[in-house]
Amino acid sequence: MHTEKEHAIVLRNVNKSFGGVKAIDNVSFILGHDKSAVLIGPNGAGKTTLFNLITGEVPLDSGEIYIFGVDISNSSVQKRSDLGLARTYQICNLFNGMTAEENIYLALNSNEWKSKRNKFPFLTPWQKNKNKMDRIKEVLKSVGLEDKKHILVGNLSHGEQRQIELGMAIAPDPKIMLLDEPMAGLSLTERKFINKLILKLAVKKNIIVIEHDIDFALNITDNIMVLDHGKVIAEGSPESIKGNVEVQKVYKME
Amino acid sequence: MLLMTFINGLTIAALLFIMAVGLNLSFGLLRIVNLTHGSFYLLGGYIGLYVYKATESWIFGIVAAGIVVAIIAFIEEFTLLRRVRGKPTLETLITLSLAIIISDLLIVIWGGNPKTIKIPELLKGYVTLFDANVPIYNIFIFCFACFICLTLWLILQKTKIGMIIRAGVDNFEITSTLGINIQLVFTLVFTAAGFLAGIGGAIGGTYLMVAPGEDWRILTYTLLVIIIGGMGSFGGTIVGSIIIGMIFSFGNVYVPQFSLFLMFAPVAITLVIRPKGLFGRITS
Repeated sequence: MHTEKEHAIVLRNVNKSFGGVKAIDNVSFILGHDKSAVLIGPNGAGKTTLFNLITGEVPLDSGEIYIFGVDISNSSVQKRSDLGLARTYQICNLFNGMTAEENIYLALNSNEWKSKRNKFPFLTPWQKNKNKMDRIKEVLKSVGLEDKKHILVGNLSHGEQRQIELGMAIAPDPKIMLLDEPMAGLSLTERKFINKLILKLAVKKNIIVIEHDIDFALNITDNIMVLDHGKVIAEGSPESIKGNVEVQKVYKME
Repeated sequence: MLLMTFINGLTIAALLFIMAVGLNLSFGLLRIVNLTHGSFYLLGGYIGLYVYKATESWIFGIVAAGIVVAIIAFIEEFTLLRRVRGKPTLETLITLSLAIIISDLLIVIWGGNPKTIKIPELLKGYVTLFDANVPIYNIFIFCFACFICLTLWLILQKTKIGMIIRAGVDNFEITSTLGINIQLVFTLVFTAAGFLAGIGGAIGGTYLMVAPGEDWRILTYTLLVIIIGGMGSFGGTIVGSIIIGMIFSFGNVYVPQFSLFLMFAPVAITLVIRPKGLFGRITS
């Protein structure tokens, strides 16, 4: 399957039903090695389900998923994460009772951040892993929260929680990032900040973003994919999408 | 009298803490109430008694109780509970069935007569505190619970595994998406809870008695502690143990006819006013 190796993500005839409802209907797509994509579509089109299938949080009914040539169709969530996959959620999903620093720490689980020479990594004080502590500092700085590292995440503002969530996604230095409406519920100032942040992070990463704010999404990439009733109905540049009859139908009906 | 009742209350609280902290942590992580926990306690008591008699070493008895029960807890988690993860009804039924099986087996093996584990020579005797003669064994149970409490606190707050456990209790859904092997942590916590229950049984059996029915009694008190203190909360377990321990001790001395009522009334009030418990964050 050497062709898959050249691509970041490959989906082949992926299907998922909940009860009698087809949430994802025979979806196939390829995301090239240095490509990103924007996923749009009406509510209930299956965008988040598609993310859940890629990350493995929801099992496939049928089909195949590859990440950098590795068949992960039946792999555990951990294995996919080890291969360089990270995501954020539509509703902030954090450890609210833990500090900002601890939240980032928990995201650093790949081998790269494990302390070498340590026979009992589980029982040593977590703050002694210099590798990780340096990385946490770096990540918190890059998301603009270095002065809030000891604050419980549940006490941060919504915008700051988004920043932490992005921090957790970038912390293990993933190759692929799935961002599920990163701007949802943010004020204009916060949106501008997060927008800049994502653009900065987007360098050298494959990003798939679900976003209703098309102008923002187009900043990251001009590769758009439209999903409706669990099917990819169009894919391509903004111009080709705008001219697509099916897309026009879907958005007129809304 | 007042002081002695207070000290007895603290002793029961200490014993309940040893039992409840493991159960509460595994509840916080796995979201199931392990009804086998009381049987683990009684099994620990019998094993402690058996090994103590065989080796004449009380310490061996305690350690053996912890290890044997930990192994059984491990087997329960690894072979049974893991298969039905996420199905609360099945999980609860499995723990209930095992509890009944273990209870009956204990009667078959050790009979129905109550037994006591003799206090070892080193811990016999009294210390006079103001006007009360405090048994050294009571002081030992209290110190031992403090030791367990401090050790667990240090592990939870300072070590990597502790942080992962806290993370699992806080937001169990995302731990696995972060690449954390949460299955392993489940098994570890469940086994550790079994170890503590086994030790608790042997130590408690030396203070109270080892007899059929004690398993359900201790399980009930332990559940009361968790409901009052808060599910998944470490601090809540400490406070809940002290509240239940004190009510048990003072109730039995001053209003014995109301002692059960006094224990369940605060639980009912907590459930109405603050269903999560005093320090709990988990609602489901």
